[in-house]
Amino acid sequence: MTELPGDLLYTEDHEWLRREDDGSVTIGITDHAQAALGDLVYVELPEVGLELDSGGDMAVVESVKAASDVFSPIAGIVEAVNEDLADDPEIINGDPYGNGWIVRLRPSEKIDEDALLSPNAYQDLLDAEDA
Amino acid sequence: MKTLIFEKSRNGRRAFAQAPSSVDDAAIPEALRRKDTPRLPEVSELQVVRHYTRLSRQNFSIDTQFYPLGSCTMKYNPRACNSLALLPGFAGRHPLGPVSHGQGFLACMYELQEMLKAVTGMQGVSLTPMAGAQGELAGVLMIQAYHKARGDLERNEIIVPDAAHGTNPATATMCGCVVRELPTGSDGDIDIAALKAAVGPKTAGIMLTNPSTLGVFDRGIVEVAKIVHDAGGLLYYDGANLNAICGKVRPGDMGFDVIHMNLHKTFSTPHGGGGPGSGAVGVGSRLLPFMPIPIVRATERDGATWYDWIAEDELPQSIGRLSGFMGNAGVLLRAYVYMRMVGRDGMRRLAEYATLNANYLQARLRDVGFQLAFPKRRASHEFIVTLKHEAREINLTAMDVAKALLDHNYHAPTTYFPLLVPECLLIEPTETESKETLDNFVAAMTAIVTEAKGGKSFKEAPYTMPVRRLDDVKAARQLDLAFRPPG
Repeated sequence: MTELPGDLLYTEDHEWLRREDDGSVTIGITDHAQAALGDLVYVELPEVGLELDSGGDMAVVESVKAASDVFSPIAGIVEAVNEDLADDPEIINGDPYGNGWIVRLRPSEKIDEDALLSPNAYQDLLDAEDA
Repeated sequence: MKTLIFEKSRNGRRAFAQAPSSVDDAAIPEALRRKDTPRLPEVSELQVVRHYTRLSRQNFSIDTQFYPLGSCTMKYNPRACNSLALLPGFAGRHPLGPVSHGQGFLACMYELQEMLKAVTGMQGVSLTPMAGAQGELAGVLMIQAYHKARGDLERNEIIVPDAAHGTNPATATMCGCVVRELPTGSDGDIDIAALKAAVGPKTAGIMLTNPSTLGVFDRGIVEVAKIVHDAGGLLYYDGANLNAICGKVRPGDMGFDVIHMNLHKTFSTPHGGGGPGSGAVGVGSRLLPFMPIPIVRATERDGATWYDWIAEDELPQSIGRLSGFMGNAGVLLRAYVYMRMVGRDGMRRLAEYATLNANYLQARLRDVGFQLAFPKRRASHEFIVTLKHEAREINLTAMDVAKALLDHNYHAPTTYFPLLVPECLLIEPTETESKETLDNFVAAMTAIVTEAKGGKSFKEAPYTMPVRRLDDVKAARQLDLAFRPPG
């Protein structure tokens, strides 16, 4: 298993968040999530400008095995979506933490970091699932 | 790839069975006649017979191979069901003929309704849904109609456990409901605390399969029913796994308000290939007024039993018609014959042997080293093996094993479902398999893992089938399925 990027926050639903310098938050799915799903064949992206509640439906990732909802881990407004995924969903498989980002949100309230996982806490979660 | 039938086509070649109709087409208005000939292959009768016989021999079927496809209950379809359903009186009956001409058929349908009520513990049964998915649709529509009739208009949430069949949330969504997903506890039962937190004044109902798709019977079902009912919601039973409990436990007694039964699973009508299926629905007392029509009724008339349809104006709150007539009549007849053949005692026995076979196979696979997803639980009629260790350590995934099994002449078990178990195979042997078949299957599974440990790769399997490993990723990304005839 590869090292988890240390500068990200994680969720129990296997998503990651990066707090950008301009105050926005970039969101994607983790390496573990893409490996469990297998080769992605379709990504459904939200409209820019959409207001999301924490836990709201943000995107759908679909592989040959399964279609999974991606929930918004925070409340915010969609500022940008990764348009490249529409034609090449497999970017997520190759580079989940980089070019495979899914959505950038403008948080609409202060981010509750206690509701999210540190890299160590997420690693513990993965280890527990692996047992 | 072998020749397509279109490629065998030669101009002017004809089959006697397809000779031009003797009907005078002068009666067809000019505007409705086609201008050009249809693009159908022109082949001889013998070519057609050989072509489709060859295709059928490339197929896996219950008649030719062990078919342990979890969640699908691929049991043997007795020949007697076929031959009796095809009796001329049934096969020649016109659905628009007068009721007096179809008393025999209607009597069978009435008795089928009664038998399904008895085996599920429900108060009413409608046979009209054409497949499991339509049965689900009917069930959720009835739940909605119930709340609406009470003026309880805010209830638009359907709770669905994360282990559910994908059809459950799809049905709820199609009916315009909001789906709330419920987590499963580590022992496979529903997380009661999460359920308590999920129910409320918006709860329309919950959709459950019990035994669940995890192959275990939810021991908290009575408490689940109470929590949902106390919150004002109704309970929907997905009958996919009814085979495990037939004649032993009844959904009506567990507290369910509505159930759909896959007659093509539990009651052994032909299954697969897209149908025809049957998703008969059963309801408790709350939902009786909302059942889909037609429903067969029996009354006394001149000292004899008379069967007819319950008319639309007699069931004004019905969710309506789901098909032109009454479901797939031939499928319903096969299920009727099957139920009459096995009888009350046989109903119990089929569940006992289905669970015995599953538990035997589970124990044997565990003993030869496979990891069970729920090792502490007894299997219902199916169980889950997880290959997550094999995937990591010897690069042998669930898909590899499934494909390698084809080379051993077994249909693959269900793969990668339910979604919450990684690298899983969902295995359902059904009651109609012998111990020898199960033992041979264990030997094949063992051989595959042994060979993989010895360094053999199964990434290209199957090796012996007419079609090799398909590129399912490419197939999903490039949805180009149309055949264009040459020229």
